[in-house]
Amino acid sequence: MRFRAKIVDLACLNHFSRVINTIAKLAKTCTLRLTVSKLYFILSDKVANGGVSMWCELCQGNFFDEFQMEGVAAEHNEIYLELVPENLARALKTAQSAKAVKIKLTNKHCPCLRVAVELPSLSSSSRIVTHDIPVGVIPRRLWNDFREPSVPDFDVSIYLPVLKTMKSVVERMKNLSNSIVIEANLNGEMNLKIETDLVSVTTHFKDLGNPPWSNSAQDRDLESMAEARIDIKKLQQLLAGQQVNPTKALCNIVSKRIVHFILLHEDVSLQYFIPALA
Amino acid sequence: GEPYVLAASLDNARHLSSLLRAVHFQDHATCFATANGLRVTVEDAKCIQANAFIQAEIFQDFAVQEESVTFRINLSVLLDCLTIFGTSSLPGTSTALRMCYRGYGYPLMLFLEEGGVVTVCKINTQEPDQLLDFDFCSTKVVNKIILQSDGLREAFAELDMTSEVLQITMSPDKPYFRLSTFGNAGSAHLDYPRDSDLMETFHCNQTQTNRYKISLLKPSTKALALSCKVSIRTDAQGFLSLQYMIRNEDGQICFVEYYCCPDEDITEAEFM
Repeated sequence: MRFRAKIVDLACLNHFSRVINTIAKLAKTCTLRLTVSKLYFILSDKVANGGVSMWCELCQGNFFDEFQMEGVAAEHNEIYLELVPENLARALKTAQSAKAVKIKLTNKHCPCLRVAVELPSLSSSSRIVTHDIPVGVIPRRLWNDFREPSVPDFDVSIYLPVLKTMKSVVERMKNLSNSIVIEANLNGEMNLKIETDLVSVTTHFKDLGNPPWSNSAQDRDLESMAEARIDIKKLQQLLAGQQVNPTKALCNIVSKRIVHFILLHEDVSLQYFIPALA
Repeated sequence: GEPYVLAASLDNARHLSSLLRAVHFQDHATCFATANGLRVTVEDAKCIQANAFIQAEIFQDFAVQEESVTFRINLSVLLDCLTIFGTSSLPGTSTALRMCYRGYGYPLMLFLEEGGVVTVCKINTQEPDQLLDFDFCSTKVVNKIILQSDGLREAFAELDMTSEVLQITMSPDKPYFRLSTFGNAGSAHLDYPRDSDLMETFHCNQTQTNRYKISLLKPSTKALALSCKVSIRTDAQGFLSLQYMIRNEDGQICFVEYYCCPDEDITEAEFM
């Protein structure tokens, strides 16, 4: 098992840092899956996470200048690691003006991801800051726990409004209630609702548009709303934590079961699943 | 016409929310509307009262069907609703507000709109509180000073906030206007000469020294931060009125007033 990679381009490095920061905001620990062409950050829907799951996928070629990996075996050419993404985010913090960042899987005393940041200096020799981030190697028999979640058979798929507006609305609503109802239809309309003994608030978004594939739900009345009540903190975390500035953001609602968010930014896709509350 | 006893529209909801934030030191507020406008009152410990006045002219439309309309409301909730689209809107964008109230027992309805997104809020109202009557009319004022707010902002930044009380001396003679604190780091005195640039008006008829609990005055710094001028007045019993003049983004003037009781724990002798 072997893994080493290198980023030289500063824009790629900053982009990578933003993705890691986003992951760190959404998951305390997560699984990093490495394949020859891709990196995945995975949070599976354990009860401990409040049933939330995450699947973030990036093409290594768009970030890394060098990327060498050898999996556990030729026919299973993959590596699964468990790590605290916050540690990786912290290691990359010093890398904002780095000349290069090398990431390598090591095993001196325990398995670690070694992040070596080469900082520019005035003298000919450069300074190198090294972080050893402990990781757990996940044995092959457990890999099945981290399969890509299937896109649920949704009732409504809709593009999200400007995330800044949505974030502001959800943040206020979070002050007022623990849960939020998110509802949308195939007519490009989405409502966010909270209701307590003190107050009820509904924010109406319209003209959001529905992705082309939502036509699969053909026999559905355009105006009829699909809705799910979810933990407002989980939604707020997603909106406040995301730093990928997606070019496309959408959500799929399975009535009373789950809300599936997809944020897309060129070479990064982030999927986030929040289960409905009973 | 409409079934509402109170109906008002405002182009920029921030004109209301920023004033309400200046009196937001307790969860509950009493709203009192007449044809002249809206007054929102917050009290604490039967010792301090804050009033935000939003004149009818600030609103694009302000209609009250009865002589006066009064209700109590959760101010924290009201503020979260008013700022649903954020507290700092981008230049050129603002949140439009329509506010309606049907009368006793009905919720306060808010309709907010920004960039085509509409939010509807229904906030339950409660039985209004009996408010304190400070009976602070201009004829009973003994001493009065109008300061540019910068002057008082500096003072509040400078004074020792570990002190339990703020002592205010106003006098026709030296030291004219003195603020004192008695904190962990010893006592501090801040004097303003009567001919200071910051002093706009100086009408002191009698030497008065009174103490006010800092914990009670602290909330008023929210109003101070927004204000351009402050009028400081006392009556014969030592009751304090702090009147903050606040200019909003459109250049309109509103007022926030704080009344505070003097600290009674100390006897006159202690001042000597």
